[in-house]
Amino acid sequence: MKVIVPVKRVPDTAGEKKIDPNDKTVDRDAGEAVLCPVNEFAIEEAVRLKENAGAEVKVLLMGPDNAQSIVRKALSYGLDEGLQITDDAIAGSDAIGTARVIAKALENEEFDLVIFGNQSTDARTCLVPAAVAEILGLPSLTYARKLEVDGDKVVVHREHEEGWDVVESTLPAVVSVVEAINEPRYPSFKGIMAAKSKPLNQKSLSDIGGDAGEVGFDNANAVLIEFAPRPPKEAGTIVEDDGSGAAASQLADWMEQKKFI
Amino acid sequence: MTIPTSPFTDEHQQLRASVRRFVEGELAPHADEWEADGWFADWVFPRLGELGYLGLSMPTEYGGQGADYWATVVFGEEIVRCRSGSLPMAVAAHTDMALPPVLKFGTEEQKQAYLVPALRGERIACIGITEPEAGSNVAGVRTSARRDGRDWIINGSKVFITNGVRGSFVTMVVRTAPPSQTPDGRPDPWSGISLFLVDTDLPGFEVAQKLDKVGMRASDTALLHLTDVRVPAEALLGIEGQGFKQIMWELQGERLIASIQSVAAAQLTFERSLAYAQEREAFGRPIARFQVQKHRLVDMATEVEACRRLLYDCVDKWNRGEYATTEIAMCKLACAQMAFRVADEAMQLHGGYGYSREFPVERSWRDARLMRIGGGTDEVQREIISKLMGL
Repeated sequence: MKVIVPVKRVPDTAGEKKIDPNDKTVDRDAGEAVLCPVNEFAIEEAVRLKENAGAEVKVLLMGPDNAQSIVRKALSYGLDEGLQITDDAIAGSDAIGTARVIAKALENEEFDLVIFGNQSTDARTCLVPAAVAEILGLPSLTYARKLEVDGDKVVVHREHEEGWDVVESTLPAVVSVVEAINEPRYPSFKGIMAAKSKPLNQKSLSDIGGDAGEVGFDNANAVLIEFAPRPPKEAGTIVEDDGSGAAASQLADWMEQKKFI
Repeated sequence: MTIPTSPFTDEHQQLRASVRRFVEGELAPHADEWEADGWFADWVFPRLGELGYLGLSMPTEYGGQGADYWATVVFGEEIVRCRSGSLPMAVAAHTDMALPPVLKFGTEEQKQAYLVPALRGERIACIGITEPEAGSNVAGVRTSARRDGRDWIINGSKVFITNGVRGSFVTMVVRTAPPSQTPDGRPDPWSGISLFLVDTDLPGFEVAQKLDKVGMRASDTALLHLTDVRVPAEALLGIEGQGFKQIMWELQGERLIASIQSVAAAQLTFERSLAYAQEREAFGRPIARFQVQKHRLVDMATEVEACRRLLYDCVDKWNRGEYATTEIAMCKLACAQMAFRVADEAMQLHGGYGYSREFPVERSWRDARLMRIGGGTDEVQREIISKLMGL
């Protein structure tokens, strides 16, 4: 079985994110860049398929040249090889543009299963996995909290607000996973060292047959018109108890007013 | 020889990120509970084994990670962030004190029987040097082994043995012959000493007491009694009669890991003190704005940095296979004293809160005090250094 895990280089999730006022895209040099934490859950599922079913796993990244370290980081969890799509023409792509590039890259690859994280921690659109499946004409099984491969079919528990549905499809298929699916492992030192020498193939947009007229900043459907810094946190309400117990009802009134109760 | 400003590679830094996440996510939340129980959970050793952290610098053929000694430094620096000095010490007794002699002096059979399961965290190791009447004086050990056919019969006591209650074997210093004569006719107290690997479940092996300590409270420290403990010839580690030399080699690694943890603990204490000083207000401004506290913080940071440089120099030598006894003894002396001074200054800076059990400072202060005693006291380090200086 061949599995591909698309991953993303994102600004440090815990850090303050900045938007570049010139082109109104995320300033990717403002903070430390990391492997998107949601990808770790997809990687963990792939590593388990490798351990339990002998899957060969390739990591796919679309991003700038210096994102190589993120591919290596993904490989350090035990994945087999990397493919990086780097091209000036794809910079500034929106979710659909991103999905077009990833789908194009996948068209050139052999695979049975693509495992995405359900969202990235920077944009959080959750659109890319389903869009990739749509473009490729493959079954799309999103928000998986459980994933099983059984012969030539994949079965997932698809999470929603009221619980989950059990959904299955034939392979090849595109799956996106949520954080409840597993507990990602930590890369071992052996894994970290081995990642240095694993094959990493770098391709341009034309190498994968992509069309520069469909992707990148100039062809994005989503346009950021205006942005403002997050307003400072407002001071909270302090309820003080004068010893009479009146604070309890004040607190209850406040919670009711805010519709917490 | 100059070492680069940072001796750590990208791979070391990735390891650091992994270890920190593990320590903060899986260990630190339990620190208070383990401290109160006087025992850290039994799952810790197997979990560390599963993550490959018990054998970072050990060869892969025995289940280690095959990394250099700087990986051990990374792990030692990060594990102190578990908010307890006990657990890092207990792990170090296993990984950096009891096990290296098994790798260095052991037979293939001993490595398979002891090292391999120990790196998985399934067998927990102790180092048994100190005795009720012989601590730093290794030549004065009274625990003795006599031959009985192919076997050895061991009698004696060992005290202050880290992991002594939970341990499954002890890398033990034992006298196997009376001191021989040196060529000029004086007794040679360092002769007749040997190392043994002694299983703790043998008849006659008794954990006589779990010791109650000022600090390092989550770690089990034991008094062990051995009464006619029979071990096979295969329990001898290394060469009979060469135990003194072998344990002197072990002590280099022991002093290094103690120095690593001392510097790391002091660094953490400094970071906490800085954060507290910037937050805590007195007379209408954060106490970090008072010159007296600024200078205190600067002194703490300076001492930590100076010791770290000495430590990294020693680590670099050790990593390249140099046997730098004098420098390592100096390093242990300096780092242990510094760690306690920094903890003491941190307590002073925190005032009444520092003395209260509500803040982590008091634990760091109690834990740091051991560093001047364990792994050879300050006084012993000075004796070693003075001897090597020809005084």
